[in-house]
Amino acid sequence: MSSAAVDVTGAPPRTTSPDEVRRGERERRARDNRIGWAFVAPFVVVFVMFLIWPLVHGFYLSFTGESITGAGGELIGFDNYAEALADPIMWRSLLNTLWFTVLSTVPLVIVALILALLVHQGLPGQWLWRLSFFMPFLLASTVAAQFWIWMYNPQLGLVNYLLGAVGVEQIAWLQDPQWAMLAVVVMTLWWTVGFNFLLYLVALQNIPEQQYEASALDGAGRWRQLRSITIPQLGPTTVLILILQVLASLKVFDQIYIMTQGGPGGVTRPVVQYVFEVGFTGYRFGYASAIAYIFFAIIVIISIGQMRLTTRRGV
Amino acid sequence: MTTTVAPQPNAAGSVHKQRGRFADKAGLRIGERFASPGRLGAIVALIVLALFWLLPFLWAVATSFKTETSAAATPVSWLPPDGFTTEAYANVLREGNIPLWTWNSLLTATIITIITLAVTALAAYAFSRLDFTGRRWLFWGIIASIIIPPQVLIVPLFYEMLTLNLVDTYWAVILPQTVHPAMVFILKKFFDQVPVELEDAARIDGAGRLRVFWSIVLPLSRPILAAVSIIVFIAAWNNFLWPFIATSDSSLMTLPVGLQTVKSAYGLQYAQVMASAVLAALPLVVVFLFFQRQIIKGFATTGFGGQ
Repeated sequence: MSSAAVDVTGAPPRTTSPDEVRRGERERRARDNRIGWAFVAPFVVVFVMFLIWPLVHGFYLSFTGESITGAGGELIGFDNYAEALADPIMWRSLLNTLWFTVLSTVPLVIVALILALLVHQGLPGQWLWRLSFFMPFLLASTVAAQFWIWMYNPQLGLVNYLLGAVGVEQIAWLQDPQWAMLAVVVMTLWWTVGFNFLLYLVALQNIPEQQYEASALDGAGRWRQLRSITIPQLGPTTVLILILQVLASLKVFDQIYIMTQGGPGGVTRPVVQYVFEVGFTGYRFGYASAIAYIFFAIIVIISIGQMRLTTRRGV
Repeated sequence: MTTTVAPQPNAAGSVHKQRGRFADKAGLRIGERFASPGRLGAIVALIVLALFWLLPFLWAVATSFKTETSAAATPVSWLPPDGFTTEAYANVLREGNIPLWTWNSLLTATIITIITLAVTALAAYAFSRLDFTGRRWLFWGIIASIIIPPQVLIVPLFYEMLTLNLVDTYWAVILPQTVHPAMVFILKKFFDQVPVELEDAARIDGAGRLRVFWSIVLPLSRPILAAVSIIVFIAAWNNFLWPFIATSDSSLMTLPVGLQTVKSAYGLQYAQVMASAVLAALPLVVVFLFFQRQIIKGFATTGFGGQ
């Protein structure tokens, strides 16, 4: 962009005809073009091969009866989509995903805020608090899930042991259809709240100290300060966390698949797991792609909705 | 000029100001209002919550040091009557594949990080500095693709790997994980703030674009490159769904995928299952203890790009 100026400075002082200038300009543009594309080429290659092509091909597959054997690859129109819309398991898994998103997002925002507020008070041992709340977020899903399968063990797990101490009867958390979803949500809260906690903590540290000092002079107590300074100042962070959390929760698969396999009786099966099952145990690539695209459409709609809401609020 | 990248303007500013202040502030406010009952309540609440958050770790570690008999004994107890033992670890390490899976994770996550960093940094630099045809629409296409959930692509990606004959190879695990469109955006934002004048001087001296990029822009961008590497590496290290689909040969599995097969292999041998889980958690826990600051900063600035 600024290289035209550079060329002039570098050149010996002589008069250049407008024609030469134009040619130089064209050459420069051509060179920028070549170099620019050379720089983006490696990314474009992986981007097209492993994102755009699968995206397009998946869309195509969703209109075929493709299976792993390669049989049934011919186009069958909207049959897969019609089947999906009439498939009670598809609807159930979609609702499970949405239900999980609602159940998990609320505590993942509120608990994160509470933890951040408590840690931000400035007790000694900051690293220990951050370690406790953030560390689980760095665990692989299988590790975190194994921990909690053990925590939830009906006879030998710590959860029933602690609840037993206050007189609650043994609950088969992951096997009881009434409790399985809640158990998964609690585990998810433990596992992933650390990221939201961290975003809140950073935001808290950036609220100007003067605001508190000024309001203290006016006689505002801590509670009052929390309500009229801290929470409003965290507004943009809360919006950001909500957006990221809803999208993350909608994509849930790992911990549910590992802890309950979607059971008991399909009450926890998320839609991603249904795509996985249809695709890799039923080997119906075409039908799995159709369900994946229905899911994708929902994600896109929700994202656009979020974008609309946030731009209107001017955040 | 450290990080200025965050999903939105407000957050960007705040992250910028925040650097280096994580620790210093801790001690400052202890003196004031220490004795108020509200504050005391808050301290107690914090300690209880932290204990609750550490409990699953501690319980897993305690179980992993028990004999199988006392791990499966009721009533539940923290201290086994027959004492602690490293038997479960010895068994797991002798019979299991954990060292191999750890190696696979290290290898694939490292290669993924290197490839991702190379291709995204080059592209981000071009978007930041070079005016080439199609630059705008390509950039917006990449931004728009951030919305695509990787889970949607599993079937066609597997199909592609079948066609390329890569199923059950390291490349099947690695290649699809090298596409991080959000990181192009994050790096471009950073490069935009590196003063162009620095490069112009070098270019007058005859340095080519690649040379300028390598010896001027990259060294100035170390903090953001570190942050991106951390996020990409940890995401790859922990990824479950795709490596689970791409590999069925146990000797090629990554740690999270291999661990999933342990449960069925050991069945009711709880101490060994927990020992495997603790061993699988260990590398990142140790790394986190050493690089807590960098990792936290990485996640605070660029974590949202990790998916």
